[in-house]
Amino acid sequence: MSSSTTTLLDAQEIYGGYGGADILKGTNLRANADEIVVIVGPNGAGKSTAMKAIFGLVKIRTGKVLFQGEDITNAKPEQMVRRGIAYVPQEQNVFPSLTVQENLEMGGYLMTDDLKPRMEKVYDLFPKLAERRRQPAGLMSGGERQLVAMGRALMVDPKLLMLDEPTAGLSPKLIDETFERIKEINAQGIGVLMVEQNAKQALAIASRGYVLATGANRHEDTGPNLLANPEVAEMFLGG
Amino acid sequence: MELASLFAYLISFLTFAGIYAVLAMGLNTQWGFTGQFNIGIAGFFAVGAYTSAILTTPESPAYLGGLGMPFLVGLAGATLASALIGLVIGRITAKLRTDYLAIATIGIAEMIRLFIKNEDWLTNGVRGIAGIERPFAGTPLDSPFGYLLVVVAFVVLVYFLLERAYASPWGRVLRAIRENEPATAAAGKSIARFRLQAFVLGAAIMGLGGGLYAHFFGFLSPEAFMPLYGTFLVWVMLIAGGSGNNRGAILGAVVVWGVWTLTELATDLLPTEYATQAAALRVLLIGVLLQVILVTRPQGILPEKPPKLIARKK
Amino acid sequence: MNDILQILIYGMVLGSVLSMGAIGVSMIFGILRFAHFAHGDFMTLGAYIGLTFIAVMGLSPWFALPAAMIGMAVVAVVIDQLLYRRIRRTQPVILLISSFGMALILRSLIQLIWGSENQTYASGIQFPWRLDVLGGLRIKPDHVWIVLISLGLVAGVHLFLTRTRMGKAMRAMSDNMDLALVSGIPAERVIIVTWIIGGALAAAAGVFLGIDTRLHPVMGWTTLLPVFAAAILGGIGRPYGAIVGGMVIGISMEMSTLFISAAYKPAVAFAIMVVMLIFRPQGIFKGTL
Repeated sequence: MSSSTTTLLDAQEIYGGYGGADILKGTNLRANADEIVVIVGPNGAGKSTAMKAIFGLVKIRTGKVLFQGEDITNAKPEQMVRRGIAYVPQEQNVFPSLTVQENLEMGGYLMTDDLKPRMEKVYDLFPKLAERRRQPAGLMSGGERQLVAMGRALMVDPKLLMLDEPTAGLSPKLIDETFERIKEINAQGIGVLMVEQNAKQALAIASRGYVLATGANRHEDTGPNLLANPEVAEMFLGG
Repeated sequence: MELASLFAYLISFLTFAGIYAVLAMGLNTQWGFTGQFNIGIAGFFAVGAYTSAILTTPESPAYLGGLGMPFLVGLAGATLASALIGLVIGRITAKLRTDYLAIATIGIAEMIRLFIKNEDWLTNGVRGIAGIERPFAGTPLDSPFGYLLVVVAFVVLVYFLLERAYASPWGRVLRAIRENEPATAAAGKSIARFRLQAFVLGAAIMGLGGGLYAHFFGFLSPEAFMPLYGTFLVWVMLIAGGSGNNRGAILGAVVVWGVWTLTELATDLLPTEYATQAAALRVLLIGVLLQVILVTRPQGILPEKPPKLIARKK
Repeated sequence: MNDILQILIYGMVLGSVLSMGAIGVSMIFGILRFAHFAHGDFMTLGAYIGLTFIAVMGLSPWFALPAAMIGMAVVAVVIDQLLYRRIRRTQPVILLISSFGMALILRSLIQLIWGSENQTYASGIQFPWRLDVLGGLRIKPDHVWIVLISLGLVAGVHLFLTRTRMGKAMRAMSDNMDLALVSGIPAERVIIVTWIIGGALAAAAGVFLGIDTRLHPVMGWTTLLPVFAAAILGGIGRPYGAIVGGMVIGISMEMSTLFISAAYKPAVAFAIMVVMLIFRPQGIFKGTL
């Protein structure tokens, strides 16, 4: 386990939801800069809600979220971005009428320096986007849109990238490719925290994984260990 | 003011407030119960008023009708005509989202007003229809107080009918649609049909209000159906009283009509050369009142207390 | 033939006025998600602000135009910050009701400040140019300026929306509000810029209308329905769509006087709008909603 000095994100015992009953009931999540952390769990476990709560989109009633040791509980999304957290929602994660290039520009809206070098970095990572930079994002395929969405998030040079089901609705070939890209992003020193339905594949590339159920941690372990855990296997991986 | 004239004033005040209460309950059926944003109330109000006037006035060469029918036939006609117009409009606009429905309904109200203003053969145009008979002429009810009783009777009738409807399975579906349309659709309810029914019912009630107005006022002209009086005041009433709640609608009608009347008394103190400014000042006050309510108490004086059916989504 | 060309010119002038209003309505709808019912009265107020500059400073209407635009932009931002901002977190429909009330507030203020009578910017009749080539077609210089300045303003808005970071952020917000927030786009600043542009263009519409006809406290309200029609026709959130929508509605309204009573001009705009809402609600140019 990493020492606390390299802990990027530390969500401690968070409770919260959309105003009615709590959906998160004591969730704990941690992520380090060199890790790919995967959250899996059954439908309705609060995986997406946990991501949104960390990013300040869902109100946290009690509990704390620390980023690099500083308290960011319930901060505004704008402050999250300034601190180096980027979030890619599961659906509707591009600006459809804006071109690919404009989508990236919007990702870097808060950056005051020249966006060109950042944009080139994204295009290096996703050469497909470079070819289509003038095309409206709404006219692209699901897989391409996912790249635009990740590219948009990377424009702020984040320390932590949060992805909500990045492979949802993609073909098996594209799923493999997306996971490869995520590994590359992580290799550049960007911590990745993601929710995934394709648990088996995601845990295979994960440094660590969490299993959430009804808003609370059920299991926490390294990716391979979770894959080997018979209870986890029965819950999501079997069948 | 001496006592007798004060009393007469009070009767006329309550009569108007009662007519507005009917309109506000009509709007509540559309907005409060199903979230349909109708800002063309003036249109339905006008259709009701003119229908009843044409049915009941004595024959006239100037415009169509003058059928000389009794009061209650006029009111029934007003209700029916407005419901029919509501059916046509509702069918066209049923699928529109709120903002488009708002634009469409205000457009329809303007069209109706233009039509009334320009089609002299039917409505006598800008000259208007005069001499609309008071109801129950020649009976003991033929007095201002008698007419107040008639209006109150209709307010009570509409109130009880709507409360019955509200508590019925039909009313529960309506509220479910407003609270959570996707879930209600998923439960197999034809949303468009229920919304249309509520829209038509609301329109019918507004038409009834128009009929009552015609007989109380005795004279109709297109200017009475400008969006301000017909539509805006009714909205302020419903919002002030508490939408979704018929008692709120009635209370809102009395309170807002009271405020409106008081502003008239206040601005009457101004010299007559400021008459137009005084009218503008009254509208300004009511407009500001609406904004204050929206900012400070958007749920109104009497908020709706529905049995929670489905938890509000997110 | 000559008549038709003449009416076409009137239609384009009206179309320019409608476009200026429709761009604002369209942008406000795209970004704030509500139909702004006070927009017609924004136009009226802009026209009267122009009148004051003309009367007090002796400016010509054309120089009063930028002054009115700036003045109305300020008023729009103040109204937003004082009122709309407070209810923005509730349902959009509350904003709609509030803007309906704001329309009446503005109109009564205009009546209180400037009176209810018809007023004009300049007395006297402008002599039209006669184009003998086109069979003696008469064109008023004012009309030419109105159309040209409108086209210039639309081009300016287009460049702003496609070339500047703020303009792109406005399009982004109108595309996907949640994602714009997640990207760190400062929503409140974008909203203020939306009001600045919407208010300024409404003032332009009002001043044009005042130059073309006369000033009256309900001049904007009676134009609101055609403005909405133009915005819907052009596709919500599309400024270049709004100018096409404005022209189509304006020309149709003027052309209709060849067949039906001029009293029903607004009905023509309305009929086109209803047909559009039923068969192609996204507008000719596929708006963002």
